[in-house]
Amino acid sequence: MANMTLIGAVNDALKTALREDPSVLVFGEDVGKKGGVFLATDGLQAEFGADRCFDTPLSEDGIIGTAIGMAMNGLKPVAEIQFQDFIFPAFDQIVSEAAKLRYRSGGQYTAPMVIRTPYGGGIRGGLYHSQSGEAYFCHTPGMKVVIPSTPYDAKGLLLAAIADPDPVLFMEPKALYRAVKGEVPEGHYTVELSTTRNVREGDDVTVVEKAADMAAEKGISVHVVDLRTLLPLDESAVVEAAKKTGRVVTVTEAPRFCGYAGEISAIVAERAIEYMEAPVVRVTGFDTPFPNTLEHHYLPDARRVIDAIEKVANF
Amino acid sequence: MTITDLSSILDGPAQAEGFDPGISDEELLHCYRTMQLVRAFDDICLKLQRSGRIGFSIPNKGIEATQVGAASALRKDDWFFPSYRDFGMAMYHGVDPTDMMHNMFGNSLDTARGRQMPVHFSFTDPIHFVSISSPLGTHVPQAVGAAYAMKLRGEDKVALASFGDGSTSTLGFHSGMSFAGVWKAPVIFLCQNNGYAISMPSHEQTASSSYAIKGKAYGVPGVRVDGNDLLSVRAAVAEAAERARAGEGPTLIEAVTFRMGGHSTSDDPSAYVPDSEFAEWRDKDPIDRFERFLIQRGTLDVAEPELIYADCLAQVDAASKAAQATAPPALETIFSDVYAEIPDHIRSQGQAAFELAGRLGEAAAGDGAFPL
Repeated sequence: MANMTLIGAVNDALKTALREDPSVLVFGEDVGKKGGVFLATDGLQAEFGADRCFDTPLSEDGIIGTAIGMAMNGLKPVAEIQFQDFIFPAFDQIVSEAAKLRYRSGGQYTAPMVIRTPYGGGIRGGLYHSQSGEAYFCHTPGMKVVIPSTPYDAKGLLLAAIADPDPVLFMEPKALYRAVKGEVPEGHYTVELSTTRNVREGDDVTVVEKAADMAAEKGISVHVVDLRTLLPLDESAVVEAAKKTGRVVTVTEAPRFCGYAGEISAIVAERAIEYMEAPVVRVTGFDTPFPNTLEHHYLPDARRVIDAIEKVANF
Repeated sequence: MTITDLSSILDGPAQAEGFDPGISDEELLHCYRTMQLVRAFDDICLKLQRSGRIGFSIPNKGIEATQVGAASALRKDDWFFPSYRDFGMAMYHGVDPTDMMHNMFGNSLDTARGRQMPVHFSFTDPIHFVSISSPLGTHVPQAVGAAYAMKLRGEDKVALASFGDGSTSTLGFHSGMSFAGVWKAPVIFLCQNNGYAISMPSHEQTASSSYAIKGKAYGVPGVRVDGNDLLSVRAAVAEAAERARAGEGPTLIEAVTFRMGGHSTSDDPSAYVPDSEFAEWRDKDPIDRFERFLIQRGTLDVAEPELIYADCLAQVDAASKAAQATAPPALETIFSDVYAEIPDHIRSQGQAAFELAGRLGEAAAGDGAFPL
């Protein structure tokens, strides 16, 4: 066991995968010599060589397009998109190609690959270094979408994603890269995809969160669920958690309309409405682009989450 | 070969007395027969579409020499990333027309299991003829990635990405060329300049002096060949493959040809192709040109072409009848192959759909095998 940051755990997972499996490759913009703009791939090129960890030309379409071809032909590419805000040139490759390849070829061709990308606000990144784009990809059958929120999960989920037979979008909460630390086992282990984690046990309100633990210190016992994998979602765990308290708050940073928080709300409404004591409340980013100077007002921070919890608890 | 010259063997060296193509008679005849098979497949698909038995088809008339010439220069263990106007490559390497007809009818034996429109083939045997998607240019960087894998493992295989002139305007063309140039990936880019991208004439697609010249910007050698001359295409692809296998990287080949019909069975080219252009290219029909060459050198008897075409028609007709008689896919094929394992939410959606179809009496033969 070692005490690691979340980004340290990502780096450790990549090293573990590169060491264990010669078909694993890591590439993207500035991931080689520089080791990534956040240093997630620090030291990989030195240890594993420029054939297996390398920089690419500045083209997200090219990064994901070539990764699909590699995956089809026996390699295990782990491609980095420097910020999720820049993933959109590759949208066609992800949505039309990687996600549909198995289906359209009856399983003759598949794209087992991982796309790692930092996402989310809290670093004063403004419109184009802060977005949370999970909804676009969760609306794409064939993709898996994973978000870790602890160092332990980051390593275990990333190793599970690399071993997975389907394409996985691995979204890393960049605000937590160095903000959280935790014990991480050495060597290989996996955290199963499509499982949830109970962050905190409580009786009064269920909070379905995709990121950090949070404090609610107003006498309300809060049950916090970290979804870990957004697609395919462990729906039953969400429904069970909702039934437990009958009051649900869902928290995401992304804009509200057609967002993931709404999907949770719909699942709870369809499968547990008879248990509900209050409306499901969404705490999300606003339906605006992501602001820079005033990002602390945009983000669903503790004051907004607690406000929603109180409304739901006192309904 | 240079970029501005249009290299043609049939109109050039082949005219000389005693010209030796360096290809066995058996191989020449296989190429010829494959071109006829492509045309027969086209002709029958047109009839099937016009009579409402299939929904859609993509004609290949005029492009046969480019497809078959390219395929004939490559090995069975090379990878083909085709466009939707390339199935002669699969036929050349022995894909059975019956397996292709299963796709045209979208039946239960279709490799795509009826999920795709017709002409979106996918084969792994006897060649990797990679599953075709409808968005254009996306397969170009994929071919580069597959080629990178070959290079990394030290294999001497190559990947071929084939696309039309319109696709040179897509993101995938530029990223694919760019990455391949930098990586020296063993890949061949085959641009079939067939005159039109649906209705957009080739000369309005780009202000470049040719398509082959586009390679220059990426450090990829470009060559321009007579795409209606099987020997020229074959020679250019063979040379590109040799370079790729020797570790010298990618080549861009522009094959100048002409689509002697609509973009698809849903398209009427008379709205945008002048009659004179059709007439001009009719005289350059790739099958006729190759046929004259074979007859001239005594490889083919004058009476044979008709017999060969009739034989191809019979083969495709039998394939079409077999495909028509094959059951449609079972309902479960909507829900399988999305992921390696069916996740809970898709499983429950499938069960609900199957239950509803059963309750309404819609469950057809095969649906009972629903394995969810």
